[in-house]
Amino acid sequence: MRLSYPPEIKVIQVPCTGRVDIIHLLNALENGADGVYVAGCLEGECHYRTGNLKARKRVAYVQKVLAEIGMEPDRVAMFNLSSAQGKRFAEIADEITARIVALGPSPVNKRSKTHATV
Amino acid sequence: MIVADRKSLEEILAMVQEKHKILIVGCRGCVTVCNVGGEKEVEILEASINLARKTSDQPIEIETVTIERQCDNEYVAQLKEGINTYDAVVSLACGVGPQFLSEAYPDQLFFPGVNTTFFGGAVSHGVWEERCQGCGTCIIHHFDGLCPVARCAKSLLHGPCGGSSDGLCEVSKETLCIWDMIVKKKMEQGRLNDLLTVMEAKDWRSARDGGPRRSIREELIP
Amino acid sequence: MDEYKSGSNLEKILRAGHFAFTGECGPPKGANVDHLKKKFAHLKGMVDAVNITDNQTAVVRMSSLAASHLLVHEGMEPNFQMVCRDRNRLAITSDILGAHALGIRNMLCLSGDHQSFGNHTQAKNVHDIDSMQLIRLVTNMRDKGRFMNDEEIDVPPRLFVGAACNPFADPFEYRVYRLANKITAGADFIQTQCIFNMEKFRTFMHQAVDMGLTEKCFILAGVTPMKNLGMANFMAKFVPGMDIPDALKKRLKGVEKAKQAEEGICFALEQIEEFKQMEGVAGVHLMAIEWEHKVPEIAERAGVLPRPKV
Repeated sequence: MRLSYPPEIKVIQVPCTGRVDIIHLLNALENGADGVYVAGCLEGECHYRTGNLKARKRVAYVQKVLAEIGMEPDRVAMFNLSSAQGKRFAEIADEITARIVALGPSPVNKRSKTHATV
Repeated sequence: MIVADRKSLEEILAMVQEKHKILIVGCRGCVTVCNVGGEKEVEILEASINLARKTSDQPIEIETVTIERQCDNEYVAQLKEGINTYDAVVSLACGVGPQFLSEAYPDQLFFPGVNTTFFGGAVSHGVWEERCQGCGTCIIHHFDGLCPVARCAKSLLHGPCGGSSDGLCEVSKETLCIWDMIVKKKMEQGRLNDLLTVMEAKDWRSARDGGPRRSIREELIP
Repeated sequence: MDEYKSGSNLEKILRAGHFAFTGECGPPKGANVDHLKKKFAHLKGMVDAVNITDNQTAVVRMSSLAASHLLVHEGMEPNFQMVCRDRNRLAITSDILGAHALGIRNMLCLSGDHQSFGNHTQAKNVHDIDSMQLIRLVTNMRDKGRFMNDEEIDVPPRLFVGAACNPFADPFEYRVYRLANKITAGADFIQTQCIFNMEKFRTFMHQAVDMGLTEKCFILAGVTPMKNLGMANFMAKFVPGMDIPDALKKRLKGVEKAKQAEEGICFALEQIEEFKQMEGVAGVHLMAIEWEHKVPEIAERAGVLPRPKV
């Protein structure tokens, strides 16, 4: 199964999305990422029980910050999928890339490039 | 502990609107415990302000520091170096912090980054509730350890009022009627008679009504 | 007969053993004295005293003290309501002295609905003392001639002192004890919250009689005629401490809209009839909310006219 996903995406691996904190998402945006998304395990299937649920709340917090400062909250997102869903992974990557391209470059970084973080 | 809520980003951004270089000061005391003004929250505020200012093409230089306690001059003194090189300083401590800072460094402008709300504790993860109003004369022993001054919306000393319904306060469905709790506990434990007296009116001199308060402990004064 | 505590008409009626009938009138949201006088006129001769509400449901209105005074001018008797929400002990005390000076002879002591219900939700509330302590404050002024600080009063105010009681708030088992406490504090009479749940009120009155409370204090049962089903639903939802049984709502719903007012009045009349017989009930407090013009009809049909003169 040789699936491809957009090359603009930069993947950052973490043991569990519960490790992803608000500050990580904000720092990515601050440093010029046009969008950030978190891909966690399916809800109810976290090895650490609630890591992905915590991540979802943190994503929501960052979306709120973006709304407050007039940036599109859609630049940040949370997805849930299992490690067996390679095809879904590629689909999401396409989807989020398309969404962020549609939003255009981040106002932080007016140069046209798309960064995303998993 | 003292509980606080972060001010909205909008309000903080308005405070520092004309500033180009600011310092955010966190506090490792109460506001760290209630997750509003510790090291982590200082970083989040820094990143949020940075992001906002970058997007509006008005970049800002932000430095951060978190000290042990902003309500203690010994720690406040640690900020001495360079404090006047900033256009403004945002304090994430309770209302005591920016005041101690303002008193120590009269030439600098200090802004509160949080709204100080109450004395209370976490009843579950992420939820804090008020328990004390600091009235200066504790009477909770009359009420089986539950404080109607802080926890009854009308601070009644003879409740529950006519608005108590199903254990909830008339003010909101989220608010427990403390008088319902007091009465039920007294009844269950056979101490109802405690409540069948008319209590003296409270002496509010010990509360804020007596003017700003001061505690002096002679044995500690050098 | 100087054994009266205040010598008010209400006190005389109750002491003479007559079944008391009191009314209520909310001051205007403005300084419209003419409108207020028109409302007063409906009540004249129909009731023994008129409760003048004090920023009820925390909606700001003409002061209850001023409106009570206007009522005195009309040759009627006010029951001056006072809440602890808006005044500290200084204001309370001076208003009590002022009330006496203006010829007011009855006063009802209340904690007051929370300001979050009203139209000045951003206000700071006072609650320096509560209703229980207010009863004590005013009766000590009258009986001991002393202010709260124990200083002597030059000509103490003489007021017949009432308190409210809501048998329908929770916890129900405690309600009669709280009533007992208000009587201990010095209340001469009690006016209950609007009664709709008769079953519960009967139980409550049994308790009060058993505890001997009705020997120490006059209890007036609160009656509010429903204008329509909408009012019943509104009160159930928005007025603190209301207990409106489904059976009553069903009864109102059972008749066409134009006849709901009559049905509401009929229910009120049935209640009054029962209260006349109920042990321990010394009278009825009729709260015809913004319906003062109906009071003559209700009083007539309830058979409480003419009002006795003592």
